[in-house]
Amino acid sequence: MDVVFDNLDVFFAGLRTTVSLTLLSYTAALVIGIVVAACRVSPVPPLRFAGAFYVETVRNTPLTVLFVLFFFGLTKVDIKYSAFITAVIVLGGYTGAFVGETVRSGINTVSRGQAEAARSLGLTFPQVLGIVVLPQALRTVVAPLGSLFVALIKNSSIAALIAVPELVYRTDSLSNDTARPIPIFLGAAIAYLLLTIPSGFAIRAIERRTAIKR
Amino acid sequence: MTAPVLADALGPRARRKVLVASVVAGVVVAGLVVVALQRLADKGQLEWERWEPLTDWDVLKFLLGGLGETLKAAGAGMALAMVLGTALALLRLSRAAVVRAAAIVWMEFFRGVPLLLLIFFSFFALPKYGVEITPFRALVLALALYNGAMLGEIFRAGILSLDRGQSEAAYAVGLTYWQAMFLVIIPQAARRMIPAIVSQLITLLKDTSLGFVITYEELLRRSRSTGEFFKNPLQATAFVALIYIVVNFALSRVARWLEVRQRRRLGAGAITVAGVEDLAAVSVVAGAAIDDESAS
Repeated sequence: MDVVFDNLDVFFAGLRTTVSLTLLSYTAALVIGIVVAACRVSPVPPLRFAGAFYVETVRNTPLTVLFVLFFFGLTKVDIKYSAFITAVIVLGGYTGAFVGETVRSGINTVSRGQAEAARSLGLTFPQVLGIVVLPQALRTVVAPLGSLFVALIKNSSIAALIAVPELVYRTDSLSNDTARPIPIFLGAAIAYLLLTIPSGFAIRAIERRTAIKR
Repeated sequence: MTAPVLADALGPRARRKVLVASVVAGVVVAGLVVVALQRLADKGQLEWERWEPLTDWDVLKFLLGGLGETLKAAGAGMALAMVLGTALALLRLSRAAVVRAAAIVWMEFFRGVPLLLLIFFSFFALPKYGVEITPFRALVLALALYNGAMLGEIFRAGILSLDRGQSEAAYAVGLTYWQAMFLVIIPQAARRMIPAIVSQLITLLKDTSLGFVITYEELLRRSRSTGEFFKNPLQATAFVALIYIVVNFALSRVARWLEVRQRRRLGAGAITVAGVEDLAAVSVVAGAAIDDESAS
């Protein structure tokens, strides 16, 4: 395991990139997902259609294909960003579709009476959704949103394909440089577990605190 | 499904408002599409000569061959993952604490690690230790290890979702542990897990596209070669994305159909075990259904 300890700085650099990539794209995914879910439950047909189209296309396309499409395809129409920004956009957009689906199902679990009561007070649709329904909906979907976060930590590794220097990318080059793959890969696996397992515990704690007691 | 949950029958004023909003939203959406098409046209990406190779039968055959390789890897990976998942779930429920602990460590390890890391490991690292491995086998190995752990968790949840009375009754009529497991518990649990298994299959199918990094000749890799050869990477990738969408959309419809059929057969309160990623959304609904039952 000496190779691992000798190269701890490389692992930490990779871990930092992975963490910032995950946090930035998760934030983007939450925003996209909530907007998409709001579109899908709105009484406006074009918005419902656009939301459904987005979710069904993005969710059924492999993340790798989205990376390739964005990084090698859209550069042909002069849509060019740095590899890191591209990764944030792709990961955020992909996870956003799943967040949208999750939030929508959360909205469906909020009992009708809530929306009816809000409407009878004279609230408009955006108010009904934003003030009354969404806060309750989000509290019921903490657990699935959390598992999307853990999935995103792992999915962020696909950014290695477009040379974002995150953990898998650095692991691969380190294993080539040192010619000691097993300890290096094991080190990387442990680094990922240090992210994913505590995240799981944190999510469960948040879930307990936000659960609606009925 | 089509009726919005948050608004009931609209009055005349609300209908007018919705109409205005629809027109505005429609114009905005159409505007975005026009801007995108304009951009594509400006850069010459809509010219027929860039799309034309994709209508050539030889090119199509090449790409469909890639789809065949994708399905082959997905099928092999899924078959192995099912076997591994069943074994892991049984070990995890074993009465020996050591066995249980070992299964937990194994599952937590392979569930918490990115699939790409496993793929890189099996393709680039194993050969350094004298294990000769083809891209196909490396991909299938990684897929099986990763999804085996995922399915193990699903299977465990499925087995635990069954009422205790089932196993108690089985023991009462004199069945042994394994007889009860295979004759009574697993057949019932399996039915509940089918939607979750199909959704895991969709995830696995999408993940086979990672095989392109290790030179496995699957759909995405072939689309890259096509794109490089005809100088139309955008068109080739978009086309292949469409193929993935069609296949996965069909599979997800099957998953939903199975789930609905399940609910109809076993009554509204039928419990289904949700998948890890794709069915995350459904799990909320299923969870709510369970809560409702226990409350009433």
